[in-house]
Amino acid sequence: MAGSENKYKSDGSLAGAALEWVDARFPATSLWKEHLSEYYAPKNFNFWYFFGSLALLVLVLQIVTGIFLVMHFKPDASLNASGVPVAFASVEYIMRDVPWGWLVRYMHSTGASAFFVVVYLHMFRGLLYGSYRKPRELIWIFGLLIFLCLMGEAFFGYLLPWGQMSFWGAQVIVNLFSAIPVIGPDLSIWLRGDFVVGDATLNRFFSFHVIAMPLVLLGLVAAHIIALHEVGSNNPDGVEIKKHKDSNGIPLDGIPFHPYYTVKDIVGVVVFLIVFSAIVFFMPEFGGYFLEYNNFVPADPLKTPPHIAPVWYFTPFYSILRAVTSDFVPFLWLFLALVGWLCVRPSRLPLIVKLGYLGFVGAMFILLGVPAVLASWVGIKLTSILFVGLEAKFWGVVAMGGSVVIIGALPWLDHSPVKSIRYKGSLYKAILTVFVVAFFILGYLGVLAPTPMRTLVSQICSLIYFAFFLLMPWYSKIDKCKPEPERVTG
Amino acid sequence: MSCDEKVDCGRRRLLVATAAIGGVGGAVVATPFVSSMLPSERAKAAGAPVEVDISKLEPGQMMTVEWRGKPVWIINRTDEQLASLKKVEGEVSDPKSEKNMQPKYCQNETRSIKPNVLVAVGICTHLGCSPTDKFKTGDESGLGATWPGGFICPCHGSTFDMAGRVYKSKPAPDNLEVPPHMYVSDSKIVIGEEKKGA
Repeated sequence: MAGSENKYKSDGSLAGAALEWVDARFPATSLWKEHLSEYYAPKNFNFWYFFGSLALLVLVLQIVTGIFLVMHFKPDASLNASGVPVAFASVEYIMRDVPWGWLVRYMHSTGASAFFVVVYLHMFRGLLYGSYRKPRELIWIFGLLIFLCLMGEAFFGYLLPWGQMSFWGAQVIVNLFSAIPVIGPDLSIWLRGDFVVGDATLNRFFSFHVIAMPLVLLGLVAAHIIALHEVGSNNPDGVEIKKHKDSNGIPLDGIPFHPYYTVKDIVGVVVFLIVFSAIVFFMPEFGGYFLEYNNFVPADPLKTPPHIAPVWYFTPFYSILRAVTSDFVPFLWLFLALVGWLCVRPSRLPLIVKLGYLGFVGAMFILLGVPAVLASWVGIKLTSILFVGLEAKFWGVVAMGGSVVIIGALPWLDHSPVKSIRYKGSLYKAILTVFVVAFFILGYLGVLAPTPMRTLVSQICSLIYFAFFLLMPWYSKIDKCKPEPERVTG
Repeated sequence: MSCDEKVDCGRRRLLVATAAIGGVGGAVVATPFVSSMLPSERAKAAGAPVEVDISKLEPGQMMTVEWRGKPVWIINRTDEQLASLKKVEGEVSDPKSEKNMQPKYCQNETRSIKPNVLVAVGICTHLGCSPTDKFKTGDESGLGATWPGGFICPCHGSTFDMAGRVYKSKPAPDNLEVPPHMYVSDSKIVIGEEKKGA
């Protein structure tokens, strides 16, 4: 790795001698070159390529503001002399009495939402330009793990102010685990550390939020970047710049990350900080979307607020959870039957994909209770002996979990001959548009209270969400793509 | 495991055995850490019974007390509310309370010891929100003209009747839990304790 050509040779100055001394003991120069000054990124990065570096910025912002918040916050659910939970009171104390505490806290709360805005856009970029395709599968999977970690981090952090939404949100999500057959109820007690969400829960969530999750997150971010720098960045044309190199082995369409993209990213940072500051200073609650109004009421274990909804970044997945009712399950059967039928039709899909799909469909059929229903026609009650025909609550949890995890399968679902949306046909563009619209509708409905009409819409959108992924092997093959260029275009 | 000439198979086996034993040791060390997350002795001891005086609870009124950190409702049901239980039998998913969500002595038509007094844990069996009381009937309730009075969960819209029985096709799988309880006098209930032999 650190070849001798990457060792700094002193020019005789004091600074030069110091760097030479360090380089003999630590690969400073070679790391700098490998990841910045001689990391060749495609020259045609556009707007969508700001969000990776912005995500890194927000991560730093959250860690720094978090360090200062921990200095004043008390994870304690007991009531103080005036009958207010200590944790809730300590957040009020930060807001009112700690010098500039309000700013640090608003930066942290706005930062949480900003993190998800930036990460969603970053993921959408991957979707647009096929950045998950070979050889970047592991970057995509590390990225998905970062996203999962981020959801955990946000969820644990949201309990800490110990308001009504904190308490009841945690109550609902921890109870999701109780839907798992057999071990579920004990698992949720283990997660809470008590029979109800209480002081034990608050303390362990604090521990996860400030120690466990950030450590995992940092490790995953490092893995994400190392994997990226191993294979090189994708670009809006989705063609490999490493195919055309000059005599020095440098990609013809590549430019050094530093200074070209560090300077470009600083422009992005400036614009981002303008928007971020405007929100922090003028609308930190963001109309109840960044800080929910009910969370300004201390947690009351005896009373659920009349309307509870998760923070906006969880709502698409929360809608999918709510969409799975017992009358929706037969539609899932139909959908799976369609996927199974597509599998057995002659097509050019690799056998492994087909077999994987058929196994998945078969397992889902058994789990979704088809045998139980068939058996009940001939008068046998199967439900009690096998885990078949499990209740809708469990399927809601599986659907929600599956809707996040399925993103990781994209590299193997996309069989399009081209990577970038620029050369994909109108079929894919139409399907992607429908998917994005469905995702926004799911997100919007997740904020609202359920009604029969809204449940129906969210069921349709949930099917669209899953169809986008599960049917991709077929529609990505029949889509009429344009030929990819040999080299990147402007 | 491949074992060709260049590998000292004896040493390789020793290496694998050592690693396996080390792995077992590592897994065993995880036990105290995993166990430390279970409810502590203090949390387990906190479930003391609660005594409630219901002498001031008029028909149609409801009170909430805390037991083991959970809201427990005590409702003095009116005769109309009791009559509504019969009417909704076809609409609730477990009308005869066959699932084990109540003590044996409450497995009856009203799910209670005294027909009019319902004691139930006010935690939805879906995901643990606390349902809201909707005792007003018909259009006034906002739940349609045929609403006979009961509870609705604000989180996912499960509805329950005046005995805490869940309606069909709702997210909640079970009726509301009836906690163990007993009467120490005509107007005093102890929640969390039951009569011996009951």
